[in-house]
Amino acid sequence: MLAAIVLGAALLLFVGGYPVGPGLRALWFGSIGSWYAFTSSTLVRAIPLMLTGCAVAVAFRAGVFNIGAEGQFLSGAAAATALVLVVPTLRLPAPLLVATALLVAMLAGAAWAGIAAVLRARFGVLEVISTIMLNFVALSAVSYLVRGPLQEPTRVYPQSSTIVEALHLPRIPGAGRLHVGLVLAVLITGSAGWLFRHTASGFRLIAVGESPSAAASAGRIDVSATTTRAFMTSGALAGLAGGVEVLGITFALYDNISPGYGYTAIAVALLAGLDPWRVMFTAVLFGALEAGAGAMQRDAGVPSSLVSVIEALLILAVVVAQAVRVRRISARGITLAAAEDA
Amino acid sequence: MTASPAHHTGSALALENVRKHFGSFVALDDATFEVRAGTVHALLGENGAGKTTLMRIVYGLVHADACTMRIDGMPATVANPSDAIARGIGMVHQHFTLVPVMSVVENIALGSRGRLNVAQVAKRVVEIAARTGFSLDPWARVESLSIGAQQRVEITKALARNARTLILDEPTAVLAPAESTALLRWLRSYADAGNTVVLITHKLHEALAVADDVTVLRRGRTVLAQPAATTSIAALSDAMLGSGAERTGVNGVASMTGRSARTHRENAAIVFRAERLSLIDATGVVRVREASFDIWAGEIVGVAGIEGSGQRELLRALAGRIAPSSGKMIRPADVGFIPEDRHRDAVLLDRDLSENVALRGAGIRRGVIDWTSVRADTRSLLQRYDVRAPDSRTMLRALSGGNQQKLVVARELRTAENGQHHAIVAENPTRGLDVRATAGIHARLYRASEAGAAVVMYSNDIDEVLLLATRVLVTRGGTVHEVPLDREAIGRAMLGTS
Repeated sequence: MLAAIVLGAALLLFVGGYPVGPGLRALWFGSIGSWYAFTSSTLVRAIPLMLTGCAVAVAFRAGVFNIGAEGQFLSGAAAATALVLVVPTLRLPAPLLVATALLVAMLAGAAWAGIAAVLRARFGVLEVISTIMLNFVALSAVSYLVRGPLQEPTRVYPQSSTIVEALHLPRIPGAGRLHVGLVLAVLITGSAGWLFRHTASGFRLIAVGESPSAAASAGRIDVSATTTRAFMTSGALAGLAGGVEVLGITFALYDNISPGYGYTAIAVALLAGLDPWRVMFTAVLFGALEAGAGAMQRDAGVPSSLVSVIEALLILAVVVAQAVRVRRISARGITLAAAEDA
Repeated sequence: MTASPAHHTGSALALENVRKHFGSFVALDDATFEVRAGTVHALLGENGAGKTTLMRIVYGLVHADACTMRIDGMPATVANPSDAIARGIGMVHQHFTLVPVMSVVENIALGSRGRLNVAQVAKRVVEIAARTGFSLDPWARVESLSIGAQQRVEITKALARNARTLILDEPTAVLAPAESTALLRWLRSYADAGNTVVLITHKLHEALAVADDVTVLRRGRTVLAQPAATTSIAALSDAMLGSGAERTGVNGVASMTGRSARTHRENAAIVFRAERLSLIDATGVVRVREASFDIWAGEIVGVAGIEGSGQRELLRALAGRIAPSSGKMIRPADVGFIPEDRHRDAVLLDRDLSENVALRGAGIRRGVIDWTSVRADTRSLLQRYDVRAPDSRTMLRALSGGNQQKLVVARELRTAENGQHHAIVAENPTRGLDVRATAGIHARLYRASEAGAAVVMYSNDIDEVLLLATRVLVTRGGTVHEVPLDREAIGRAMLGTS
């Protein structure tokens, strides 16, 4: 896969008429070629991608096409910001306040997803459409908040006040801007993978995603409750990603606080085959690609949109590879059945 | 056997040596069918006898393995419905092929080629309506029409394409009695005007009331073909269901027959009890009305009934998959259920075998699943139930239909064999399986009942019901009756000829 990335990047640079050598150098040293870039750039981006990727995996596994991780991320980010900017007057100890803010971010994400979940469960509204629409609503709501109720006191910039340092997520020593959000993301994504593999509720979710009718009839599973639960859990994870981003990296709420993490998350999850454990790696991969893209643009003058093209090609390649694998499995099945009929 | 050649009228449609198989299932086995022009011809047979397949071959929807066809006396091949239409054949399917949001005119114009001249089509609809006496608003949206009116749209559609031979698949199944009478009367007059009608049905009185000739199919063979006037309901019923002598040796578990005298009842517990039980299906139609019966441990209760007589809902209610709309139903909390549509209701095709075993009871399981023991358990099931699969991690999709069904049976029966629970509901449990797999599943159901389980089994095949059942319940039009273990009595109760 790495070879594909390097080859693809080189080819695109060449075709686009950009200097191949410096371009690749920037891609390498801007992503994983240096410790600083790896920690402060790649892993920092991997944190929200891991949490939102996990969110998408949980939903898709249950047969819920939650395209709204972006909106749930934003509502989590807004809720966490609002809480820490308003509540200090309550004089809670800092760690408790941070934990509360993350919890509120999860609740906000779950509530945002909950709107689409209720629309689906009660009225059969397609979640693909409702979640995309809610993304736009969330985007505009953030825009309003940073120009209205949450705007910084001077009323000059469209952003919230900066969160005081005591309420920042602690950094990991010796790793630049990297913060403990990484530990949280790894723990949560890891346990999601474990839940899928080893628990009854994880299995129910998979069964419902595979075949709602068989899950209901043979498994006596409450399909509607299972999908709603998966949908809201997915929203909570995406909301948490937003809270972690605000408290760990941006320290304020503003427009475009997410460079589309919630959308990239879909690619992260699909590339991982919807397995949270593999999401940990694909999130780092996409984090590296985006970090490298920034460096290429900065140091070699290559438009970062070119890197987006490479990302897209990578996803296409993986999707094709998976389709081929599935066809091979069913072909094997047919031979098996035929051999035994003979 | 050929249709009566005694009349002077020519043949509108003649089929000889028709064979068709789907996988290992033989749908038509050297069937013969001849229809005289200007007559109404009833095509009779049980579910799965091959009636619809035969007519779908005529209409070009199914390709026969072998078939000699003549239309209006001329040798003909029909590759697709357009060929059939070009030769003046029209078909009205059991499930209508109309677009609900389109108007009558648009539906009739569908499928024609070139420029669409709506006004001209509308004129044609009005003209046909005048000729047939159908009252049809050409501009009405189809979804706003009653079922009977939609059927008239289907007929008009066929007539608009100049059909001279109309094939109708169970046309009265969806109609109220008054509408049925009107339709049959119209079919009669349509034939009297020189056209030809093939009426697929399993209602014998209907066939005798309207048809000139009848043909009966059983298991893909033509077993009777004669003028309606020379036959009787009893003769037709015998032909459809076969005589008792034929069923010996059909299945591989002959040793199990003749044990119907088994009396488990004396000390047996009541497992199911229905008291004035009524069931309503998803579309709001009452499917079972005030049924009352008991089922004891150790019994195999066979359920028989023609399609749509309430048997499907009855089995689902016994299995706890649908709730009674009124009345009372006592049943065990955990009932093994072997549904007819395995792929939809019983298995996860893209999960492995142990996951499919774990699916049963997944709704109430809590905490951590010990997959190591589930896998060991699955391996032992594979061995005991003779499921041919490499290992427990094989994807279910990779198994043949017979082995998939064996796994479902293994999963649902396992606890019954251990005497842990006492009820199994099976719906056409051997459909599509070969003789050996069928015998294996029969033996399993029998053994479960011996171990004290109450088994309720529905089958389209009366022979299968007779082979296994210790008692028979027949569903007809939403009523449930107990019927003696006798093929004629069952057949009469099913068809309403008693």
